[in-house]
Amino acid sequence: MQSTDTIKRILKEYKTIAVVGLSGNWNRPSHFAAKYMKAHGYKIIPVNPGYEEILGEKCYPSLLEIPEPVDIVDIFRRSRDVPPIVDDAIEIGAKVVWMQLTVEHEEAAQKAREAGLEVVMDRCVKIEHGRFFGGINFLGVNRGVITSKK
Amino acid sequence: MSDRKFGFDTQCIHAGQSPDPNTGSRAVPIHQTTAYVFDSADHAASLFNLEAFGNIYTRIMNPTSGVFEERMAALEGGTAALALGSGMAAQMTSILTIMQTGHELVSSSTLYGGTYTQFDVNLREMGINVTFVDPNDPENFRKAITDKTRALYAETVSNPLGNVLDIEAVAKVAQEAGIPLIIDNTFATPYLCRPIEHGANIVVNSATKFICGHGTSIGGVLVDGGNFPWDNGKFPCMTEPSKGYHGIKFYETFGNFGYAIRARVEILRTHGQALSPFNSFLFTQGLETLNLRMDRHCSSALEIAKFLNDHPAVEWVNFAGLPDSPYHELSKKYMPKGAGSIFTFGVKGGIEAGRTLINSVELFSHLVNVGDAKSLIAHPASTTHRQLNEEEQMSAGVTPETVRISVGLETLEDLIWDLDQALAKSQKAKA
Ligand SMILES: Cc1ncc(COP(=O)(O)O)c(C=O)c1O
Repeated sequence: MQSTDTIKRILKEYKTIAVVGLSGNWNRPSHFAAKYMKAHGYKIIPVNPGYEEILGEKCYPSLLEIPEPVDIVDIFRRSRDVPPIVDDAIEIGAKVVWMQLTVEHEEAAQKAREAGLEVVMDRCVKIEHGRFFGGINFLGVNRGVITSKK
Repeated sequence: MSDRKFGFDTQCIHAGQSPDPNTGSRAVPIHQTTAYVFDSADHAASLFNLEAFGNIYTRIMNPTSGVFEERMAALEGGTAALALGSGMAAQMTSILTIMQTGHELVSSSTLYGGTYTQFDVNLREMGINVTFVDPNDPENFRKAITDKTRALYAETVSNPLGNVLDIEAVAKVAQEAGIPLIIDNTFATPYLCRPIEHGANIVVNSATKFICGHGTSIGGVLVDGGNFPWDNGKFPCMTEPSKGYHGIKFYETFGNFGYAIRARVEILRTHGQALSPFNSFLFTQGLETLNLRMDRHCSSALEIAKFLNDHPAVEWVNFAGLPDSPYHELSKKYMPKGAGSIFTFGVKGGIEAGRTLINSVELFSHLVNVGDAKSLIAHPASTTHRQLNEEEQMSAGVTPETVRISVGLETLEDLIWDLDQALAKSQKAKA
């Protein structure tokens, strides 16, 4: 499920990302990642009961409150907090559950897969985007990309 | 792009570079520039904040060096790499990224002479205490570890003693102590040995040697294995907000390549030991034939070692590739494709015969580099290990009669001819 092909396709096909646990604090990883994805053309929907607005986008207290379709639910929460978020993701008809670096929950992932969602765990959206669509190689990161195509 | 796991040879040639999207250039473009134009003020700020990926200034990153770095990370099996101005700079950076005053390093005593001095003098001057241990018994590393120790350090094959490290055993000691194992893989290169696969956490290479392969450029590289849990409490520099970089937490933000990023933006950025883009280009060219060159280096070295072993003017040959070497088994385990091409031998007649030998060779070059296409010969006691006292020389495996050679890629029979005629002269001088 986490093959490089899958991740690349997810980031190419889906453009609306609800970021659960997005911080308004500019030097937190969640803020970094969301700001980066927004700058690369993705629609960011912040989900955090503590804020009215982040990155100029209206912030919702939970996934269930979001009035528009969501493609990717990107989770910046501890692994043990994942299951109810996955339940909400299934309920709102999201296409992908994406757990960030160090976030993993196999049972919740299984439940999401059974409901027809794709699951990515222990990966950063920003890093994966940089891996396939540019830039991260300037930091010497091993992208695992080998191709003779431009 | 597919999920195929490409072979080592393919990675030597392709990892880190696909054809340039703007020009279609198939070879690696040389980006000989100091700086890069920003899209806007906002873009510049995002780059400086590490919020966006992109180029700022060649001291910190460069697209040509980026190709070299990614290729090295791929070949060593790591998550990221950082190119540096020399092998010495790579070692120092690997240590400074995780150690400050008051910390300790436990290192093998059998090291390249310059490295020994760097640890024994420079690290001590910075208040980082170094304990040197005999690496042949991995337990020696364990015994020297204290609660201040922050890493273990050793060479895959040591310069010039040629002892092979039991990497897995030392990696286990490091893991049990919750500290990383740093390996200098210069003499083996990732073609012969991939220390990360054996449990090492950080690999450094002097690119000056086999990676360059042609004796043209000084450079170094460190590779992040991506396999160390920096959040075990011993490395606040990886987990606490960074003072030098506006509160970033490197491990949390960059995960399994956070070490390489900290090395880049908190050590390289401020210490400044950057590699020239042109040298990076030469190293990427070297890597494209690393596999082929290493095979030939290894096979010629083994033949020459056998020749010397049977030679009446030779006292001893110390090469892990020979079956009677105490390191032969370890060498077969960690370097199944060959034991490298750098080894030592003792010429009968001691220091005088050694000098005559070195003065009499016609094809071998007398100099202190190794890992060149050209065959090289040196006398460590009077050159690379000169700064050490006699006791330190002995512990590094250097005796007065020790001659070190680095076997190059010339016609094997020519190399044997050259050593044979020079050995004959060395014995006449003695008589
Ligand atoms: C094993 C080893 N490590 C490191 C170095 C230092 O590398 P450089 O000369 O590129 O600084 C050398 C150089 O001889 C070496 O032999």
